[in-house]
Amino acid sequence: MSLLTVKNLAVGYESRAVAEGINFKVDAGDYLCIVGENGSGKTTLMKTLLGLEPAVGGSIEVGDGLRKNEIGYLPQQTVVQKDFPASVREIVLSGCQGRMGLRPFYRKEERKLSEENMKRMDIMDLADRSYRDLSGGQQQRVLLARALCATRKILLLDEPVSGLDPKVASEMYSLIAELNKEGVTIIMISHDIAEALRFASHILHVGDNIFFGTKEEYLKSEEGKQWIR
Amino acid sequence: MDTLIMYLQFPFVRYALIVGVLIALCSSLLGVTLVLKRFSFIGDGLSHVAFGAMAIASVCNLTNQMLLVLPVTIISAILLLRTGQNAKIKGDAAIAMISVSALAFGYLIMNIFKPSSNLSGDVCSTLFGSTSILTLTVTEVWLCVALSIVVVAIFIVFYNKIFAVTFDENFAKAAGTRTDIYNLLIATVIAVIIVLAMNLVGSLLISALVIFPALSAMRIFRNFKSVTIFSAVLSVVCALAGLIISILAGTPVGSTIVAVDALAFGICCGIGATVKQG
Repeated sequence: MSLLTVKNLAVGYESRAVAEGINFKVDAGDYLCIVGENGSGKTTLMKTLLGLEPAVGGSIEVGDGLRKNEIGYLPQQTVVQKDFPASVREIVLSGCQGRMGLRPFYRKEERKLSEENMKRMDIMDLADRSYRDLSGGQQQRVLLARALCATRKILLLDEPVSGLDPKVASEMYSLIAELNKEGVTIIMISHDIAEALRFASHILHVGDNIFFGTKEEYLKSEEGKQWIR
Repeated sequence: MDTLIMYLQFPFVRYALIVGVLIALCSSLLGVTLVLKRFSFIGDGLSHVAFGAMAIASVCNLTNQMLLVLPVTIISAILLLRTGQNAKIKGDAAIAMISVSALAFGYLIMNIFKPSSNLSGDVCSTLFGSTSILTLTVTEVWLCVALSIVVVAIFIVFYNKIFAVTFDENFAKAAGTRTDIYNLLIATVIAVIIVLAMNLVGSLLISALVIFPALSAMRIFRNFKSVTIFSAVLSVVCALAGLIISILAGTPVGSTIVAVDALAFGICCGIGATVKQG
């Protein structure tokens, strides 16, 4: 069974659909890239997958032993976070919240997990620095480490490279590709079609016409031809 | 010094000091969260709601005004914090709207029904706190002690959750944290603190108690735990200093405390700037 099976899903706000008739499935180890124009409902789709917005119609089935609190999420940065006085360690630790339920304080295993993920993202030397003093790329690594604390299986990323300069952006993409090789399933929203095609295994195109298939199929499809041109 | 010791012999002065310190502590704890969530003005808004409710309570001749004031303030707090995220009227506008209309209706009601002969005096003391902190009864002091203990306990137990919800509500929600419940909790605690704090500084100056310590701490410290601890300490020190000055110099309690808070903020700005350069 697939990790996620989405059938005839309609997403939107306050029961007004932005995008309809979305069908796709994600298997363990896939790298799915969601592309489409601004306002086509990519972020709304992601929020619906995460349960932040109710689905307007259709269904999302979760399988393969994936639990609701095992999804890692890298949201777009908010204004609030830009000047937030918190150390990197505190932020990465907060990724463990989901697995803690009502338990109020962190235990050793959570501290260990967050250290592991900081090492994985190569930000161990920043652990006691303040989040607001970091560069954009470093901040994204911190948020990625936090998301990894919440999951071992699947990561949802909403435009992980927006606002980063090209060099840092390509480092970010390699980092994500590496995680995918380690077995983490990736669902990513991207504006950058070229980069999306370099790493993704599957493409979901959201817009007037909805396309879902492997990268090779996408390259041959009408939607793909229009976008790559 | 001798005058201070002499004043301390009076129980009402001691009560004022105890209550002042406790309220300063509680209000600063959630101040950090509120400032970061861009809800700095909620203290102002809610205290005006409390003022309006108090006006209605005194017109209705309720013996225990708290029975009306507290629930009304809590409900407004919940509505304001809930709609904050994706409402049609944004957080700051909603707060401004509720706060001015509550103030206007409160004053209007008091004016029409005239519960007492000294109307402007009453209004002035509700708005600026003036002397009511010096007329506390023993029961009020104990109530304040009990509520402060509850607030501090809640804050410590939920500290990590509050951090997660403040830093990134969407992430916390996606990871399975019940953010709506914690928002509700934060709103309720805020409302309780504000109703308590009205005794101390009056409804116009409550915002100062909530935001100044947090902003000062954020100038100097760079992680959440130190910011929280320092803002609590700073708030208590400023409240104590303000109370003592106002007792000795005979200045109004509320505005003296706020003046001390503002001064502390200036000093912290200076320290923050020096640290950054050095």
